[in-house]
Amino acid sequence: MARYLLRRLGLAVITLWILSMIVFFAGQVLPGDPGRAVLGPFASASAVRAYDHQIGVDRPLVVQYLAWIGGMLHGSMGTSYAYRSPVGPFILAAIGNSAKLAILALVIIIPLGIAGGVLAALYYGRAADRSISLLGLAASTVPEFVSGIVVIILFGIALKVLPITAATPPGSSFLTQLDHLILPVIPLVLVLFGYIARMARAGTIEALDSDYARTATLKGLRKGVVIRRHVLRNALLPTITVIATQTGYLIGGLVVVETLFNYQGIGRLILTAANGKDFPMLEAGVLTIGVVYMVATLIADVLYTLLNPRLRSEAAG
Amino acid sequence: MTGQPAEPDAEPTLRVAGLEVTYRVRGQDRPVVRDLSFEIGRQESFGLVGESGSGKSTVALALTRYLPRNGRVSAGSISVGGRDVLGLSGPELRDLRASTVSMVYQEPGRALNPSLRAGRQIAEVFEVGGADKRTALDRAEDMLRKVQIADPGQVMNRYPHQLSGGMAQRVVIAMALAAEPALLILDEPTTALDATVEAEVLDLVSGLRREMSTSVLFISHNLAVIARMCDRVGVLYAGELVEDGPAGQVFGAPRHPYTVGLLRCIPRRGQRKDHGRLDAIPGFLPPPGRAVTGCVFAERCALAVGECHQAAPPAYDVAPDQRARCFRHAEAGDLPRDTPPEMALPDTAGAGEPIVTIRSLSKTFTVPGGQVRALAGIDLTVLRGETLGLVGESGSGKTTLARILLGLSEPDRGSVLELNGSALAPDVRRRGRDQLAALRIVFQNPDSALNRRHTVRRLISRPLARLAGLSGARLTERLMDLIRAVRMEERHLTMRPAQLSGGLKQRVAIARAFGGQPQIVVCDEPTSALDVSVQAAILNLLADLQGKEQVSYLFISHDLGVVRYLSDRIAVLYLGRLMEVGPAEDVFRGPHHPYTEALLSAVPSLDGQRTDRIRLAGEIPSAASPPAGCVFHTRCPRKLPTGVCEETEPPLGEVAPGHLMSCHIPVQTLRRLQRSAAEVASGG
Repeated sequence: MARYLLRRLGLAVITLWILSMIVFFAGQVLPGDPGRAVLGPFASASAVRAYDHQIGVDRPLVVQYLAWIGGMLHGSMGTSYAYRSPVGPFILAAIGNSAKLAILALVIIIPLGIAGGVLAALYYGRAADRSISLLGLAASTVPEFVSGIVVIILFGIALKVLPITAATPPGSSFLTQLDHLILPVIPLVLVLFGYIARMARAGTIEALDSDYARTATLKGLRKGVVIRRHVLRNALLPTITVIATQTGYLIGGLVVVETLFNYQGIGRLILTAANGKDFPMLEAGVLTIGVVYMVATLIADVLYTLLNPRLRSEAAG
Repeated sequence: MTGQPAEPDAEPTLRVAGLEVTYRVRGQDRPVVRDLSFEIGRQESFGLVGESGSGKSTVALALTRYLPRNGRVSAGSISVGGRDVLGLSGPELRDLRASTVSMVYQEPGRALNPSLRAGRQIAEVFEVGGADKRTALDRAEDMLRKVQIADPGQVMNRYPHQLSGGMAQRVVIAMALAAEPALLILDEPTTALDATVEAEVLDLVSGLRREMSTSVLFISHNLAVIARMCDRVGVLYAGELVEDGPAGQVFGAPRHPYTVGLLRCIPRRGQRKDHGRLDAIPGFLPPPGRAVTGCVFAERCALAVGECHQAAPPAYDVAPDQRARCFRHAEAGDLPRDTPPEMALPDTAGAGEPIVTIRSLSKTFTVPGGQVRALAGIDLTVLRGETLGLVGESGSGKTTLARILLGLSEPDRGSVLELNGSALAPDVRRRGRDQLAALRIVFQNPDSALNRRHTVRRLISRPLARLAGLSGARLTERLMDLIRAVRMEERHLTMRPAQLSGGLKQRVAIARAFGGQPQIVVCDEPTSALDVSVQAAILNLLADLQGKEQVSYLFISHDLGVVRYLSDRIAVLYLGRLMEVGPAEDVFRGPHHPYTEALLSAVPSLDGQRTDRIRLAGEIPSAASPPAGCVFHTRCPRKLPTGVCEETEPPLGEVAPGHLMSCHIPVQTLRRLQRSAAEVASGG
C-alpha cells in the first residue's frame, strides 16, 4: 500500500509540474501587459515600463518561470500585481469559501444521488426508474446560470424566502451562512444528481444481475440483506470515483455560480485575476485547483483500493 | 388412512410435471422448455444432459424460481418433497432456498461475492438458519474441512480472487451443502475446471451426497461426467426431454436417434482418425424458443418420416423405466451414418521430415516480485503431415508455447525456432510472407477471433490476397474451393459472424487458416467452445483437410479423447517442462509418465470402465517457485522413496523408439505398477 501511495504521489507531482508550465506560459499569451492593467489607460508608457520592470515581467520567460516556481517551492505563492500584497491569504480565504459550498453540496448530493440511482436500478425498466433517469438527465443538461437565475427569481425575489447572495457579513453565525448557501447549492445539486445517480444505477443493475447476487438470493437471504451486503458493496465502487472527481469540480469549477451569487470562492478569484492580468494570483489559483483535483482523485483511488479486496492485495504486493 | 395424502416419505424429492417455461422476447412468448416431466427419488442422482440451447440451465433456474425477468413458468408443476414450489409465498420460497434446495454453479469464481471473505459467505447460510455469528463461522470452518480443503482456517479468510478454480468450487459446494439440502442442483459444476481438478470435485460430490443422503440434479453437456455421476439420466433437446431412463441403459442402448447420434459423435474406446471418421449429426440445434410442429429433432434425423414432421411423438415406454419420444424408437439403434467412415489420411511417405523444430525453448515472464518460468528447455519437432497433440493442465505452458510459435510472444535468448530448416523470427512482424502463410492458427473461440463487421467472403479472402497473393478470378476460385472444403455454401459468403452458428464460425476460421496453403496449423482448443454434435463435424473436417493438404497440426486440447482421435504423437507438458512425448498410442496405452497416468485416470469414461486409478493431490504449484528436483514430485503418486525425485530433475530419456519420458522410475517398473493398478481397478 505504501509503495502504491508513493507511486501515485510521484505521478501527482509530475502532473502538477506540467500543469504549472501550462498555466505559466498560457498566462503569457494573454494580450496586454500587467503594468497597463494595473496603472490604467491614462498612465504614461514610461510609467508602465517602470512598473513592469519593478515586478520583473520584462525578464526572459524562462527566468520568470524559474523564479516563480522557485518561490512556490519555498512556500511563497507570489505577490499580487493588483493588490501589491502576497497572494497566499487571498487564495486561502477563497478556498475556504469554496470548500464550504462544496461540502454542503456533497452532503446533499451523495445520499440523494446514490439513493436515486439504487432505487432506479431496483425498479429497473419501470415507472420509478424511468422518471428518476429522465429527471436526472434533464436536470444535468440545464446550465448552472439558467437554474441559478430561476431559483433566484423564484425563492429570492418572488417568494422572498431565501437571500439571493451567498456572501454573508463577516462574523455571521453558522446558520446564517447556511441560509445564504442554500440557493447556490441548488444548481449544483441539479447538475450532479444525474451523473451520480446514473453511475449508481448502472453499478447496481450490474451487481443485481451478477452470479454472486444469484448465489446470495438462492441461499435464502432476505432481499434487503442481499442488496445491502452483496449488491451495494460491489455496485457503488465506481460511483465513489465519480463523486471524488466531481469534488474537484465543486471546489474549483464554480466560476458561474460564484459570480451569479456574488460569492468569494476560488473560481471567482481566478476570473477577477484573469481580467486584471494579475498573473501571480491567476497562476497560484489555478495551481491550487490542480492540487485539489489531485488530492480528490488520490482519495478516490485509495478508497477504491481499500474497498476492493482484489486491488488491495495487489497494492500490498 | 385412505383418502389421506400420501405419506411424505413416499414423495420423491423432486417431481416436475408438464413443465413449460417461456421467455418473452420482442413481445412474443417463446417456449424454451416444453412439457418436461421427470422425478428424482430420495438419494437418487439424476443427470440432465443437453447441448447449448437445450434449456437445461433454464430448468435449474425454474426449479429455484430464479428465472430472469422475461421468463416465466407458463404450465406444469414443480414440487420438492411434496411442496408446490410454484405456489410458495415470498417467505416460504426463502425458506425452501435456505433449507431444502441449493445449487452449485458453472463458474465458481463468479458465484462468490468478490468483496466478502470465503468464510463469511459460507457462514451466512448458518446465520439464515438462526445461528449466531460466532457459531456460524465455526460451522463454516467445519464445512470447509468436509469438502477436504487442506487449510480451512486460512481459506476462511481468503477473498474469492485468492482461490484457484477448484478451491472456489469447493467453497461453493461447502456453501450449498451447509444447509443439508434435500436436493442439490449442480449446473455444469466442473466445466470450467481442469480434468484433474474435475475428477477430485466429482469424487467429493459423490462422497458427500452419500454421506448426507442428498438427492442430486446434475446438469451437464458432458455425457461421460453424467454417466459417472448419475443413476438416471434425461436427454434434453431443444427444450424437450427426448429420452430418459437408467444411465447405463440410456448410454448403452439408446432408443432416441438424437441420443444415438450424440454418442457416436464422441471419440471413445481409443478411437483414432485411422479408424475412420466420427459420425456427426447433420444440421444445427434450432434457436431456443422456435415453434416446432412434429418432432423437435425431425429435421436433423435420418430416420424421420412423414409423421415425424406432422405430429409430436409421445413418450414411449421402450424398456423398463426408459422412455423415448420417437415414433421410430425401435429402429433408433440402426440410425444410418451421416458421414461415410472412410477417410483419406495423409500420405506418410514424407513423414520424418520436420516442419517445425523447437530447441531449448524457454520463456520467462517478469512479474512483480519475481520471475515465472512458463517454459523451461523444451525440445520438440512437428513432422510433415502429422498431428502433434499438446496436453497438460492449465498453467502447464501449452498456450505460451503456441503463442511463441506464432510470434506473439518472444522466447528467452538461446531458444531456437525453425520452420522448414530456416530460422523463424521471434517477432511475427519480422516474419516474411512465406513464413506467415506457412504457419497459421485456429483459435478456441471463433466469436472473438473473427471480426464481426466483416462478411465471410472478406474474412476468407483477406489471407488469400495478402498471403497467397491471389486476386481476381483466381482468388474467387480458391475462395470457392475453401468454402466447399469446409462444407459451407455460397450463400454463407455474404453473411457476417453474428448470423452464423458456433460451428459455422469455426469453419470460417479454419478456411481462413488454410487460405495461404499452410504447412502447419496451430489448433488451440478448436472444439472446446462447441457443442458435441458440432465438434465431431469439425474434427472430421480437420482430419479431411489434413489428408488433402498434407498439413501438420499442433493440436492443443484438454479433452484427451479428442487429442487421441486426431494425434499421431502426443507431448505432455507440466509446469513448462516436457514430461513425456511419443507416438499417441504408446503414450495412451502406457507405460506412461505418472503425470500422464493421472491425467488419463482423471477423465471419466462413458463405457463404464473405471478410470479413477490414481488421483493427484493438491493444486498445480506456482510456476514462480517450481519444486526442486522433478517438478512433478509434489503431486506424484508414484514418487520413489529414495529421495531422488526431490533432488534431481530427471532427464528426458527414450523408453521405446520415439517415446521419451522424464522420470526417475525405470520404465519396466512403471509398466508393472500401471498394469497391476489397471487390474485392481477393473477387478474392484
